[in-house]
Amino acid sequence: MTNLKVKFCGVEFENPTVLASGVLGVTASSLKRVVEMGAGGVTTKSIWMEEHPGHKNPTMFGTEHFFLNAVGLSDAGIEKAKGLFAEYGEPQGSGAEKVRPAPVIASIVAGKQSEFAELTEEIVKLQPDIIEVNISCPNIEDEFGIPFACDLLKAADVTKCVRHKLDELESKIPMVVKLSPNVPNIGRIAKACADEGADGFCAINTVGPGMVIDLKTRKPILANRVGGVSGPAIKPIAVKAVNDIHKMTGLPVIGTGGVLTGEDAVEMMMAGATLVGIGTMVYYREAAGFGEVVKEMDAWCNENGVKNVGELVGSIK
Amino acid sequence: MDVKNFNTIPETLPIKKIVKETDTIWTFMFDYELGSKPGQFVMLWIPDVDEKPFSIAYDDGKEFWLTIAKVGEATEELFKLKEGDLVGLRGPFGTGYSWSKCEHLVLLAGGYGAAPLYGLARAAAVDGCKVDFVVGARSADLLLYEDRVGELSSEFDGAVKYCAATDDGSKGHKGYNTEVLEEILASKEGEDVKQIYACGPEMMMKKAAEIARDKGIKSELALERYMKCGFGVCGQCCLDDSGVCVCKDGTVFDGERALGFSEFGKYHRDSVGRKVEW
Repeated sequence: MTNLKVKFCGVEFENPTVLASGVLGVTASSLKRVVEMGAGGVTTKSIWMEEHPGHKNPTMFGTEHFFLNAVGLSDAGIEKAKGLFAEYGEPQGSGAEKVRPAPVIASIVAGKQSEFAELTEEIVKLQPDIIEVNISCPNIEDEFGIPFACDLLKAADVTKCVRHKLDELESKIPMVVKLSPNVPNIGRIAKACADEGADGFCAINTVGPGMVIDLKTRKPILANRVGGVSGPAIKPIAVKAVNDIHKMTGLPVIGTGGVLTGEDAVEMMMAGATLVGIGTMVYYREAAGFGEVVKEMDAWCNENGVKNVGELVGSIK
Repeated sequence: MDVKNFNTIPETLPIKKIVKETDTIWTFMFDYELGSKPGQFVMLWIPDVDEKPFSIAYDDGKEFWLTIAKVGEATEELFKLKEGDLVGLRGPFGTGYSWSKCEHLVLLAGGYGAAPLYGLARAAAVDGCKVDFVVGARSADLLLYEDRVGELSSEFDGAVKYCAATDDGSKGHKGYNTEVLEEILASKEGEDVKQIYACGPEMMMKKAAEIARDKGIKSELALERYMKCGFGVCGQCCLDDSGVCVCKDGTVFDGERALGFSEFGKYHRDSVGRKVEW
């Protein structure tokens, strides 16, 4: 038996797997079920201040190689998030009657820097274990220009805004920035965010955007025409990005992208991830896949003499 | 891990035939080897418009039908299409109904629910089951599939029995179809009913499941929730408080299990995940 517990920015997780944002994250019941299935933690679907409609269907589909989505960050806004957190439970160790089954990461998204600050103020009241600042969704570029995460100065600016607000509120909630792989310099962007007070990172968001065309109608299938690529095809990109960020900043990373198996998760940790974000895996292995991935990680560690899974972090040679 | 057969890119195919059931309910027929079970659904892509889930009314392995009501923007556009126009298809998805050979079954349809239950009635009749098919609607002109169920009855020598219930009494029993169910179960012929199936408005299905539970009879219900992916990823159709997905773990659920879902008969969620009371 390997000790699978890890600490990320001071928050303890039973195992390194966390549900990535955007998958099974609409309701508290769904998040709880993912924990029951074996996830060490969960991330909400990205929360906006106000209602955000998202794109029409088709919004997602996959093949054995990749998955493509353009949901468009649909969300009912902060009021719905309040209900979700109340149903998910109070922080562990709070002594409250209804305690959350595992740490929850609140993913937040906004169209302007000022809105990120406003939203941070609201989200802090819900006491998430970690705040994930989503500046890298590739599906909303028509509305807001290129994602903040694709511009070093803008990424740093948003980080500074959220840091400033957290400091003003004297909040100790760790802040991670979710980065985009669709840049030539993810390590440098991470460094710029680290300099502005990011506590860690989540990488990567989806790759692309990409497009799939139906041959008979000659039309792109996604209603948004383009969407973010995830799944097995993007794992090498994710592993490289995580390693770049780890080397450049030394800060903890939620390594996300194409992880389907325990060995994939081990690889992500070797690259520098402390936690492993898992989303598209659900398409291939269902929610129950979380428990299987954890078992596979445990088996790999046992076979390879790893007593504490944390030893793997950044152990790439 | 086996990652084959994970292609959910919609396949485009032409509408073979359109049959008008009523002014606002049409059946779209396709030549396609869908290979679905009764109670399953497909995601239908209307290019440039939207993609929505629809239950399958009929599938003989070579041809399948979708009976669709014009209820919103997407179906408004769908009803503008003609035979030969292309639409996209993903699926079949969902669990489907279960039954055993040579049993007595009662099928309870509310409104459009008659279409998916028709597929079940046919398959069960092939398996030697005796089927009471009870369809409820506001008035006689909204009763669906009466002729087709009548044909089933002739084809299977009376094994399928059609019964209507209308709110205004313009055809069959005046009142709810659940009242007809109670009559059947109270009668001598109803003593051997093994399973009850309901498809339609949630309150009707809840009543049906309660009647079944009180009589100690198994029931199956087809739940409906807002869906995006259809394969258990987006989380839009997850039920409180179990967290199971209607699209993947359902849409057909055991009636007693459904009665245990805290949101069942109380609320559902809209496209952005907000609770909406029934």
